[in-house]
Amino acid sequence: MSTTIEPTPTPERHAMGKSMKRKEDPRFIRGHGRYLDDFTLPGMLWMSLVHSPYPHARIVKIDKTAALAVPGVVAVLTGEDLAAHNLAWIPTFHGYDKQMVLAVGKVLYQYQEVAGVIASSREIAQDAAELVDVEYEPLDPVVNPFQSRDDKIILRDDRENKTNHIYHWEVGKREETDAAIAASDVSIKERIVFQRCHPAPLEPCGILADMNPATGRLTLYLTSQAPHAHRTVVSLVTGIPEDKIHVISPDLGGGFGNKVPVYPGYVVSAAASVVLGVPVKWIETRTENLTTTGFARDYHMDVEIGASKDGRVTALKVATVADHGAFDAAADPTKYPAGLFGIVTGSYDFPTAFTELDAYFTNKAPGGVAYRCSFRVTEASFAIERGMELLARKLNMDPSELRLLNFVKKEQFPYPSPLGFVYDSGDYHMTLRKALDMIGYEDLRKEQAEKRERGELMGIGISTFTEAVGAGPSKHFDIMGIKMFDSAEIRVHPTGSAILRAGTKSQGQGHETTWAQIAAEELGLDPQNIMVEEGDTDTAPYGLGTYASRSTPVAGAAIAMASRKIREKARKIAAHLLEAAVDDVEWTNYKFQVKGQPDHALTMQEIAFAAYTNPAPDSEPGLEATYYYDPPNLTFPYGAYIAVVDVDRETGAVKVRRFLAIDDCGTVINPMVVEGQIHGGLTEGFAIAFMQEIVYDESGNNLNTNFTEYLVPTSLETPHWETSSTCTPSPHHPIGAKGVGESPNVGSPAAFVNAVMDALAPLGVQHIDMPLTREKVWHACRQAATA
Amino acid sequence: MKISVTVNGKRYERDVEPRTLLAYFLRESLGLTGTHVGCDTSSCGVCVVVLDGEKAVKSCTMLAVMADGHEIMTIEGLVQGGVLHPLQQGFWDQHGLQCGYCTPGMMMTSWVLLKQNPNPSEAEIREGLSGNLCRCTGYQNIVKAVEQAAAAMQSQPVETVA
Repeated sequence: MSTTIEPTPTPERHAMGKSMKRKEDPRFIRGHGRYLDDFTLPGMLWMSLVHSPYPHARIVKIDKTAALAVPGVVAVLTGEDLAAHNLAWIPTFHGYDKQMVLAVGKVLYQYQEVAGVIASSREIAQDAAELVDVEYEPLDPVVNPFQSRDDKIILRDDRENKTNHIYHWEVGKREETDAAIAASDVSIKERIVFQRCHPAPLEPCGILADMNPATGRLTLYLTSQAPHAHRTVVSLVTGIPEDKIHVISPDLGGGFGNKVPVYPGYVVSAAASVVLGVPVKWIETRTENLTTTGFARDYHMDVEIGASKDGRVTALKVATVADHGAFDAAADPTKYPAGLFGIVTGSYDFPTAFTELDAYFTNKAPGGVAYRCSFRVTEASFAIERGMELLARKLNMDPSELRLLNFVKKEQFPYPSPLGFVYDSGDYHMTLRKALDMIGYEDLRKEQAEKRERGELMGIGISTFTEAVGAGPSKHFDIMGIKMFDSAEIRVHPTGSAILRAGTKSQGQGHETTWAQIAAEELGLDPQNIMVEEGDTDTAPYGLGTYASRSTPVAGAAIAMASRKIREKARKIAAHLLEAAVDDVEWTNYKFQVKGQPDHALTMQEIAFAAYTNPAPDSEPGLEATYYYDPPNLTFPYGAYIAVVDVDRETGAVKVRRFLAIDDCGTVINPMVVEGQIHGGLTEGFAIAFMQEIVYDESGNNLNTNFTEYLVPTSLETPHWETSSTCTPSPHHPIGAKGVGESPNVGSPAAFVNAVMDALAPLGVQHIDMPLTREKVWHACRQAATA
Repeated sequence: MKISVTVNGKRYERDVEPRTLLAYFLRESLGLTGTHVGCDTSSCGVCVVVLDGEKAVKSCTMLAVMADGHEIMTIEGLVQGGVLHPLQQGFWDQHGLQCGYCTPGMMMTSWVLLKQNPNPSEAEIREGLSGNLCRCTGYQNIVKAVEQAAAAMQSQPVETVA
């Protein structure tokens, strides 16, 4: 069905662009949010998992006797029990691999799930889990992808190909790039590691599975960022018809990509509920969260850039070794094994480029989720932004000048990048210049020069990243075959209020507010009276969910388009009521009027009432629409970030004195919500730059298993954030929006690291891998002092 | 064990297992699910409640039996007479929450902070909230929310019955 796209009236907007207070907040501030663990059902049992202490071991035997003898224990499930139901293994989202639900034969990483204990209470289940006696025969672990490359120890003997190599992926022109770099006046090459880290939302993952033997329906209360995708996966894996599966994703206490995959705890609980016919709940502990579910990054990137001596880039090459852990469970779109890593040319006009990636199995937890980023965009942005900084230093050029010299120019959009994207819009020069002005760049450089004279270490770091988000166009993007469109359904009630349902799922982004603002803007209704509902697969239209900054680019567009379908129908009703021809009725100032006659106007509220009480003859009564939006392209939000740091060479302490983030995410729906998301994303970027890493020792032991070892910054460490924006709307998006929630987490790590490396430049320090802990910075200072 | 605890001004007599944590007692025995649990190490602070009107305690570090004879205030006790507490209003006005999971603990800690220091500086607020983690907001708007509440309470003191 074709839908007319009318320009959104300006300048005084009705609902969009306003910092409307959030509609979801009244329940949260009263403690009336409903998160997964807040649900209980009569007769509910608890599930607790048994984990492997070894990173690599053969399972000799599992003795359930002692656990089963505990009063209150109902069942103990192992991989063999699941195998009887064909559930010992499930496909990964990637579609190219499978993963164990409960270990069969051997364990492949420390903390891997080995058995599930079902009992009448949380505590009994936990106690009994400790009594499950598992005998292991330890095997040598491989915890380093460079070691697993030699295939001396094959981790996955279940696979046909006896190799630890999972796949090779490449894009671009290898020979041309190699030749261009070789012929360049100047070049840099550096291994840049983006460490293994974890999204760690404050609410852990969990499930309450409720098989109702009377109706034959399986209801899954699930911490899910993608409830429809999860319903389909459950149906495909179990054979349960999809109409018999009801996924409810309640309020989510953060997600950040952690709540996209399907985890063993979900499957074991659901299987137990199906077998036992009673509800079964599992809530992961923080240790389970950090050790088994959805890690992110773990990319080892060799970055090479060539340039002319006056600083024009000639070519970019990035060769990556990716550590995927025990299973290839990265939740990337099927055709994009390395996600959207091809955005690695960033904001710069490279004449040619090439990137390749090899992924390996190791004895580490599986994952590779898009942690607060579009698939692998964070790794790519870090690589290019660090690379440009190294190049600037080699050229002895100011890093802002190098960027301004090489940016894709405003008039080059839509810009076809050498690695296959077509950037939609941007004005990189404007945004960086604004940032330089706002932070007082020249003065800061003067101050830095003076401090260097005195031996003080001050650094200024820039990151001018470009993201590729909003997956995505169905001709390219699918997850397990399901195309990555998204949807909205809007029903306008007779009195002019409405219900809006979408295939997305907020985890704190504020969709109940911003979705209402989009529809209210398009329909001239009151956003306070547009109820937004998500996360219930029985009622919401099918969508792929919320991650990869896709909600506003995809579902936000669907909401605008569904609203416009309603508006077209309303136009006909208006024509009937105004006794005018449909073509003579125009949408002006959020009302329908006979052309040029503002006194002959009707509000959407009046039309809604007529749609139910006085519909136009020969027309369908009611006023509602559904729209499935298949985006024509990705969107390309970008930003210019500047960090200013002081480093204490005696202690290695880094003080982030200032941080300015200028974001361009196209049209802004709610400036307050956007700013809030930027604050949060910067804080997560700060954590990754300075504090967070999931470290495995040489024996394969995970050393960061809770919040005393995997640090989340508190209000004390977290810097004060300065924010501003520029706006280059996306030309292909119905409201010009690009998405923003992940930009600050994508763009900020390089700004922090560039700033610290700039501070350490007088000591000759070239690069330190994140996290830039006090210890690492101190060692770098010490080495320089003793060199 | 039998315990008697006053929660949000209401007295409860309950039989609890000695090992039951106060957090789970509030959530599962009393149905007050506004108090959350987010870690295993008393690091995150989403479970903070007010003990005897003067202490912010992580209710995952306390056994329910230790609350016997004491008064507890949870997030559900903050609204008085249907009116939002200035902290609630502040968090809402200043966009001091996103996913909302840390919010109850943040407000309970802030409640005690403002009781002890009615006019805190930004640094004092940041210090006072440093036992409560938030993954969404970056704390900046939380600080503003507490500042707004402090200002509002200075101009119009609020009675809260713990």
